Amino acid sequence: MSQEEILIKPDGNIKNYWRDLWSYRELFYFLAWRDIAVRYKQTVIGFGWSVIRPVLTMVIFTVVFGRLAKLPSEGVPYPVLVFSAMLPWQFFANALTESSNSLISNAQMLSKVYFPRLAIPASAVMVSFVDFLISLIVLFILMVWYQVAPSWRIVTLPILTLLAFGAAMGAGLWFASLNVKYRDFRYIVPFIVQLGIYISPVGFSSSIVPPKWRLLYSLNPMAGVIDGFRWAITGNDAEAYWPAVALSVIIITLLLFGGIWQFRKTERSFADVI
Amino acid sequence: MSDSIIKVENLGKQYVIGHQRGERYTTLRDVVASNAKRLGRKLLHPLTSASSNPHVGREDFWALTDVSFEVRPGEAIGIIGRNGAGKSTLLKILSRITEPTTGSVRIRGRLASLLEVGTGFHPELTGRENIFLNGAVLGMTKAEIRQKFDEIVAFAEVGKFLDTPVKRYSSGMYIRLAFAVAAHLEPEILVVDEVLAVGDAEFQKKCLGKMEEVATKENRTILFVSHNMAAIENLCQRVILLEQGSVTYSGETTKAINLYLSNILPSAIEAVPLMHRTDRSGDGSIRLTSFHVEDQDGQRIAAVSSGMDVTFVLGYKCYGDHPYRKVDVGFSAHSTSNQTLFVFYSSYMGRLFELTSREGEFRCRVSKFPLAPGRYGIGARVVVGGDEADWPNDGIGYLEVEAGDFYGTGAKGYNGAAPFLVLGNWSLSDTASL
Repeated sequence: MSQEEILIKPDGNIKNYWRDLWSYRELFYFLAWRDIAVRYKQTVIGFGWSVIRPVLTMVIFTVVFGRLAKLPSEGVPYPVLVFSAMLPWQFFANALTESSNSLISNAQMLSKVYFPRLAIPASAVMVSFVDFLISLIVLFILMVWYQVAPSWRIVTLPILTLLAFGAAMGAGLWFASLNVKYRDFRYIVPFIVQLGIYISPVGFSSSIVPPKWRLLYSLNPMAGVIDGFRWAITGNDAEAYWPAVALSVIIITLLLFGGIWQFRKTERSFADVI
Repeated sequence: MSDSIIKVENLGKQYVIGHQRGERYTTLRDVVASNAKRLGRKLLHPLTSASSNPHVGREDFWALTDVSFEVRPGEAIGIIGRNGAGKSTLLKILSRITEPTTGSVRIRGRLASLLEVGTGFHPELTGRENIFLNGAVLGMTKAEIRQKFDEIVAFAEVGKFLDTPVKRYSSGMYIRLAFAVAAHLEPEILVVDEVLAVGDAEFQKKCLGKMEEVATKENRTILFVSHNMAAIENLCQRVILLEQGSVTYSGETTKAINLYLSNILPSAIEAVPLMHRTDRSGDGSIRLTSFHVEDQDGQRIAAVSSGMDVTFVLGYKCYGDHPYRKVDVGFSAHSTSNQTLFVFYSSYMGRLFELTSREGEFRCRVSKFPLAPGRYGIGARVVVGGDEADWPNDGIGYLEVEAGDFYGTGAKGYNGAAPFLVLGNWSLSDTASL
């Protein structure tokens, strides 16, 4: 039979870490599928919630920022402007919230069976990604309604999505692993998400940020991603602020690799600490 | 090289336990506070080494020390020991759930562990969905599960309820399904913790049968932890006995079980033989000299199982002028929190003894022993003609009670901490039966 040999040692970095991860690839799918299947059980509207939630938020933002605060919309219908930014933000916020709590809510599994621990936060991000795809469809309907034609820029959407994915995953891994030991993060994460929506250009266009603060503002990695989304979807001529995007890419890369590093460093003691 | 499939060398596992009550997890505040304290101490006393313990009230605890053994392919190994002996920690290390602090384990081949039945089951999902989910958690691929699906359903006997959420299952069905998934894994090594303690007798038999089949016919390697000595005896060719984190015996099954049962009494009371103990009151005319329990065949045992017929044997020696008449003897059981659970004197049964020889034994046969699994303190007292003759104040020993078939159905019954078991007949009378 297979002569696969496993050596268990203290602090032994598992040799076949990534191969192991690959052989459990179906688990990622099953865990994500479980969370999706379970989410709308015993609800009347069921799957409809996935559509209603982003649409409602969009309506509120349009009314508050567009109608009441009268922020500039650069010639794009405000709902589209808001929705194109809400897509990546909601994805990031949900993924971060879900993945940072994922290890704790699966504590029982962690302490009773072995599998690559990365599967848990990763599948939590995947669940939010499914929501993201649903919202994307809502967005397209909205664009047809307001007759906003997409330009060639729309093809950059997958790359921007990847960036959002990286940001969510990176931050999620950090918080998930810290949360195992320090439950303080249970309270910190909702706060970050709440604050984040105000310091990210979701309800407004980041053109209202004074130029001298723009670079500082772009330290928020989601700012670049959200601007990118808006740039790609609305076909607005307003020039994207490239230093911000570049900064986003760098910060997200650091966040992601740092997150993986932190996760791998701590995952060996999860079962003892949780 | 050796042909072992598992090779464990000098394995050790250390836990740091906090003594602060109720502290379940570290908070940032603790870390910040303790680091600040350490820094402050360093600033105030720069010359003293900073080694003054930063974790006040913390203690290292070795759950396993220097454990070494080898397992050959196709062997079924039992692992026994008292609660807290390190069995679960050992299995957790072998299953890669936690890491050892010292030593190493070398495993050749795929290892699947079943430390708990139904890990990863989700109550909202149907039986069918849970089979796939649980299979994936245990390391099976979708194709493997699909291939085994019918077999799993047949084994679990849940066919009709396959598309019902498992939260509507009876606990028996739930366990059957969960075990069925795990039993159809096809690893080279199967690690099983006390999972057979649940479920009804028939199903337990079925599970054991399945494990035997796996061990003998399919020639897989099994590591099996249980408190059920009968199951261990049935299944395992070799047994490893763990005591306080180290291997005290490894070898033949019956010998290991006997060792386990006879070593179970704590050394604190045993260190001084009952005869020579000084913590006693009474006039000393008669002295209790020994205590042990026997099974129905008169075999001396160190652990009793709930529901068995057990004989309490109290040795005595007379010091004054015998014969003594009207001797009343009794024993009692106490919980670990020192609550008296029962007191049973011979006089309660209308029996007083007359002692004519210098030495002997009082014997009391208790049928269907009614205490739940746990550890109980045993006390005893002898009274002659209404005057206390001997009463060892700290008790005469401990009694370890293991789970047993008290109800005669194979079910263990209530899982909580109620010490007593009661037997009776249930029936129903309702408006329909009027």
